[in-house]
Amino acid sequence: MKCASYEAIGTAFEQNVLRLNEAKAAGKKVVGQFCLYTPSEISLAAGAIPVSLCGTKNDSIPAAEEFLPRALCPLIKSSFGFGVKDSCAYLAASDLVVADTTCDGKKKMYELFDFKPLFMLQLPQIQDDDALAYWRKQFQKLVEHLEKTFNVTITEEKLKQAIRLMNRERLALKAVMDLAQRKPSPITGQEMVEIYFKTSFFPDKEVGIKMLQNLAGELGAMDIKTGTGKESAPRILITGVPIGVGSHKVVKLVEECGGAVVCLDNCSGYKKTRMLVDENAEPLSALAERYLQVPCAVMSPNPFRYDAITEMVKDFSVDAVLDLTWQGCQTYAVESSSLKKYVQNSLKLPFLQIETDYSETDTEQLKVRIEAFLEML
Amino acid sequence: MVVAGVDVGSVAAKSVVFDTAQNKVLAGTAIPTGWNSAEAGKQALSIVCQTAQIPMESLAAVVGTGYGRVSLPFVTKSVTEITCHARGATWLFPETGIVMDIGGQDSKVISLGPQGEVQDFIMNDKCAAGTGRFLQVLSGILDMPLEELGKAAMDGKPVSISSMCAVFAETEIVGLLATGTSPQDIAAGVYLSIVKRTCALAKRIAPHGEWTFSGGLAMSPAFCHLLSQELGAPVNVAPEPQLMGALGAALVASTLIKKQRR
Repeated sequence: MKCASYEAIGTAFEQNVLRLNEAKAAGKKVVGQFCLYTPSEISLAAGAIPVSLCGTKNDSIPAAEEFLPRALCPLIKSSFGFGVKDSCAYLAASDLVVADTTCDGKKKMYELFDFKPLFMLQLPQIQDDDALAYWRKQFQKLVEHLEKTFNVTITEEKLKQAIRLMNRERLALKAVMDLAQRKPSPITGQEMVEIYFKTSFFPDKEVGIKMLQNLAGELGAMDIKTGTGKESAPRILITGVPIGVGSHKVVKLVEECGGAVVCLDNCSGYKKTRMLVDENAEPLSALAERYLQVPCAVMSPNPFRYDAITEMVKDFSVDAVLDLTWQGCQTYAVESSSLKKYVQNSLKLPFLQIETDYSETDTEQLKVRIEAFLEML
Repeated sequence: MVVAGVDVGSVAAKSVVFDTAQNKVLAGTAIPTGWNSAEAGKQALSIVCQTAQIPMESLAAVVGTGYGRVSLPFVTKSVTEITCHARGATWLFPETGIVMDIGGQDSKVISLGPQGEVQDFIMNDKCAAGTGRFLQVLSGILDMPLEELGKAAMDGKPVSISSMCAVFAETEIVGLLATGTSPQDIAAGVYLSIVKRTCALAKRIAPHGEWTFSGGLAMSPAFCHLLSQELGAPVNVAPEPQLMGALGAALVASTLIKKQRR
């Protein structure tokens, strides 16, 4: 993509750690977070900077395997490995890490995670009223913990401001990703991964929002040439586990084999941006409600994932659904079987599940599956 | 017009020349792949051209498939073996609903639609336990050529082989030999374990139409017999099941020409 505002995101990303450390030197506190169930709004309302932590690279996995089982999910091993090697600048800058008991692998890994002070949110695994009340209490505990640790007061007004800010960020990112609804899409799946990944590390949310808005404006105004053959590329929705830069190999393979990844239904993509927090309701309840609705496979049952996919298949004129599972991620692996049934029988679309890790060792095997899948279309 | 298909697998390179006017296979061959897959593919193609007495230059199109498909410089197009096996199976057995293919390093089950189009497919994991490679390992340990293994398997009473991994299974077999289990019983056990793995894969697809079995392992009558027994249904096996992928590739090549002519 030749586009000035896209380049600008890349350039700003290179300065990111510098900006973060400047903010820290000026007295700002930093809260590191791993999971989409962690509410950035509460950290923002505490005057702190919420940042994503590293966990999408293969390099850090060998260090983690000295402590963790090899068959564990690569995302968990990678995250832990960055701690072991002390090689994530965002973790190094964090005053506190907020984590969730998202899945069995993660919660037991956090018991070994002694690189930084850790606050655990106990995530319920059903989306009903009891769970919601419990989840709100967890958020209340996080508020109290941040108030005590950072010696601040989190007011309702500050929470409301943070909610408005994060909603604007969601909308700005969604506006960029929604451009892929066009035929042909002006943006590739790999570019989308790069954009959502890089902007999730910006210490100043306003800077990130402005950049995303510029990008949506510039790309939206571009005259995308038809007749380049691109409009005939099969349009693929990728759902499932989180994907970031370094763990984007399947997105890359699909596009190298001639597919167009138009929709990323994962934690940094549409799971993050599809739903907004109610700005008018009582803030903690509104936050608890929005975050509990994240359609991760750890939820049982997990109806919102099916609703989301149904809607996105229509909005993005999707030709086929690819479900990505990391090795050792049991919840997504098991859910794949009912998702397959749903996609094939109800949505009448071809479905392919891919189970892999972050390494490049199975590239040829994956290529056969992906090419054959695209040949079906 | 005459077209060809070349299927370079992990164990063998196969090629088929096909006459589109007569709708007939003119020649087919399978040779060991060795270390140079591009060279093996080229050699297989030149052998079939010689047999069919067709100069290689006069071929209207050549389609490549198999793991070596990316390394063949002379092909018009490369297509995955999943699509090719589906085409080959439908041409030989038009009533095919499900194709099972066991090759040297992977096994796959392909579900076909009413027009013989691929509807869905499942491949085994990053593991050789359910594949031809497993038999090669067994052949090495028992010091028995592959043809004899089949006979031994029919004579033996299958012992249970529990390992899901070819490397661990080797350890298990060595242990069984040490305790005096007969090679026949071990061979029968290994055949049954591959059959069971293949059927477990196949049963993830709703049964419809006829079963067609292709790939190198289908050359073993013992294996085909056990597979049909486990599925509880008859299984179609081509006279030269190893050539199914190359045949499918040649059929894809004939479609390419028809499209060009239009």
